[in-house]
Amino acid sequence: MTGKTSIGRPLRRRRPHFASTRDCLLGLGVFVLIGGQASAFTAYVSNEKSNTISVIDTNKFTVAKTIKVGQRPRGIELTKDGKFILVAVGDDDTIQVIDIRTHEIVATLPSGPDPELFTQDQTGKILYVANENDNTVTIIDLERRVPLGEVQVGVEPEGMGLSPDGKVLVATSETTNMAHFIDTETRRIVANVLVDARPRFAEFKRDASEVWVSSEIGGTVSIIDPVKHEVKKKITFDIPGLRKEAIQAVGISITRDGKTGFVALGPANRIAVINAATHEVQKYLLVGQRVWHMAFTPDEKYLLTTNGVSNDVSIIDVANLKVTKTIQVGELPWGIAISQQ
Amino acid sequence: MIRLLLAGTFFFAWMSASTDAAEVNIGYLRRTDPKSTLSLIQTPANNDGIAGARLAIDDDNTTGRFLSQQFSLEDVRLAGGADAVAAIIALSERGVSVVIADLPADELLKAADAATPRKILFFNVSASDDRLREEDCRANVIHTAPTRSMLADALAQYLVWKQWRRWLLVVGSHAEDGLYGDALRRSAKRFGARIVQDRVFEDTGGARRTDSGVVQIQRQLPIFTQGAPPYDVLVAADESEVFASYLPYRTWDPRPVAGSAGLVPTSWDGSHDQWGAVQLQDRFMKQFSRRMTARDMQAWTAVRMIGDSASRTRSTDPIVMLDFLKGPDFALAAFKGQRLTLRDWNLQLRQPILLSDGRMIVSVSPQEGFLHQVSELDTLGIDRPESQCRLNSR
Repeated sequence: MTGKTSIGRPLRRRRPHFASTRDCLLGLGVFVLIGGQASAFTAYVSNEKSNTISVIDTNKFTVAKTIKVGQRPRGIELTKDGKFILVAVGDDDTIQVIDIRTHEIVATLPSGPDPELFTQDQTGKILYVANENDNTVTIIDLERRVPLGEVQVGVEPEGMGLSPDGKVLVATSETTNMAHFIDTETRRIVANVLVDARPRFAEFKRDASEVWVSSEIGGTVSIIDPVKHEVKKKITFDIPGLRKEAIQAVGISITRDGKTGFVALGPANRIAVINAATHEVQKYLLVGQRVWHMAFTPDEKYLLTTNGVSNDVSIIDVANLKVTKTIQVGELPWGIAISQQ
Repeated sequence: MIRLLLAGTFFFAWMSASTDAAEVNIGYLRRTDPKSTLSLIQTPANNDGIAGARLAIDDDNTTGRFLSQQFSLEDVRLAGGADAVAAIIALSERGVSVVIADLPADELLKAADAATPRKILFFNVSASDDRLREEDCRANVIHTAPTRSMLADALAQYLVWKQWRRWLLVVGSHAEDGLYGDALRRSAKRFGARIVQDRVFEDTGGARRTDSGVVQIQRQLPIFTQGAPPYDVLVAADESEVFASYLPYRTWDPRPVAGSAGLVPTSWDGSHDQWGAVQLQDRFMKQFSRRMTARDMQAWTAVRMIGDSASRTRSTDPIVMLDFLKGPDFALAAFKGQRLTLRDWNLQLRQPILLSDGRMIVSVSPQEGFLHQVSELDTLGIDRPESQCRLNSR
């Protein structure tokens, strides 16, 4: 496959070139001028059904704008330089690049078929994409927007977590029920750790001491030692009055200090708050229906969750562990990313 | 003592699995007598069922590749008067200890009993007879196919939720139609529907396709359904493919049809696309160039259960596998939105049931509001307290 043609075409149709350095500098200038309160961040929520991104102003916690994107947007992230939103549009077999200033789609990436979740390295130069339909992880050069290679993993790869030093990528495969540890330099699998049924998300602690992997059908989170490649602890969830089948662990967020973990429990409509040192569940926070993923505001004051079935986003006050507000977004919200601006 | 023995087997198997590559050879025993259906598009493909098993073997081997476990499938076809017992003995002599049985109830029982001393574990992937999980249950037979009572309950819950409580029941004249009819009557009683009239559709023989076409059918079916007391929905039990598919749009009163035609309860449908099912559907289509059927799914599920138990126990011993599958740690992801587990009292797989109109999934049961103290999936089919199966006392 020639990466150049596959990314060249949509590029020319939309815009002559990805933002040049000068454009970006100008953009930065604009933001410095108009940037108001430091706490005003912007959250971008992918709505799987309505094929849009809801743009949320975290100062007022209202939807400021809705961006039309490709079909079935799910995985969403900001580029490390904060200038672009990357959104996996699975049914269009690509990842779209959206300029956060203009909210226009400026490029597409050769993500391979049916991309769902992806992750970037610290430098923001390399993107790792899970291709669910193809049993592969595709590696993309973000600057040149060309594929660099792929790694064969288990059936239906989904969750992607990169170690803080960028040397180890953890990919989870949903039907194989494994967390594959991939050496990002050699692009080879170095270890496979069996976890509970349908693993969907992988998240490293900032100090690289642990990887947390959620299992949707198993309803657990496996805490994996990334050196020994062993499950050292399994977090289970027991919510009075809820049947076991409804507890389905999906998204994971861990605070920067590594002290508190948050796990989205899908149709249990709750976020579990976990003491990340002892791995004990501290509290369950009731959010909207079928909670998928979440993201912190950059100051970690708030945690925003996407609630798939109730079409809304819950705002959690992180210090007080309370749900403070709910915002209506598009249909079937799935992923979320929050920018500094 | 048994526990000790089991632990011993487990330990041995684990030891051997951890030293060199372990292989699981699975036998797939099936009848290949052609089945005719009223609708041409529902005629089963030659590889119906086994295609699902083949796909699951690939899925198992992807996991197995990382764990030094290998899975293979041996297709054994029984045509005409061929004997299932002889086939089981031959498979056993070749070292096969796990068998997928795609057989009618009586044959399955004969095969399972012949296999008992040989320690072969069976997965029933097609027979929906409740008796195989009740008075005729066996300790070495796991059932991935839903029972007639599970299917009937799934349909009844939806019809009652929809407030279509008055049913005109039409049952075919063959034995299996009668069994499905019984299951539907039980469901109606259980969930508060009322059968306003019970009619039998006699199979008078004849070809399913004729040069004269549907002219007569168009005249016969309205007359057959004429003069019924007021009803909301016609529920048909016709496993023999004699009349049910002729009913939609031909009833005397304009009423929807459910059961063996119209809204059909099933374990799988080629149109099911929720909970990540698209990936499985795509994989299946890519490999076999057709849509995945319920029988394919039931076989896929069985082979995935084998793969999952082998990878979790690191064993290829059927006794260890069965023990794991019955236990609390088993949870299978099968694109149904929740974990599938085994009813330990009769080895029936708990599963949501899809309600399909042939083109789309209309709903998935259990329906909201049908509660259960253990698992809402146990609102479908015969539950533990009513069960006649006594595996533990065997």
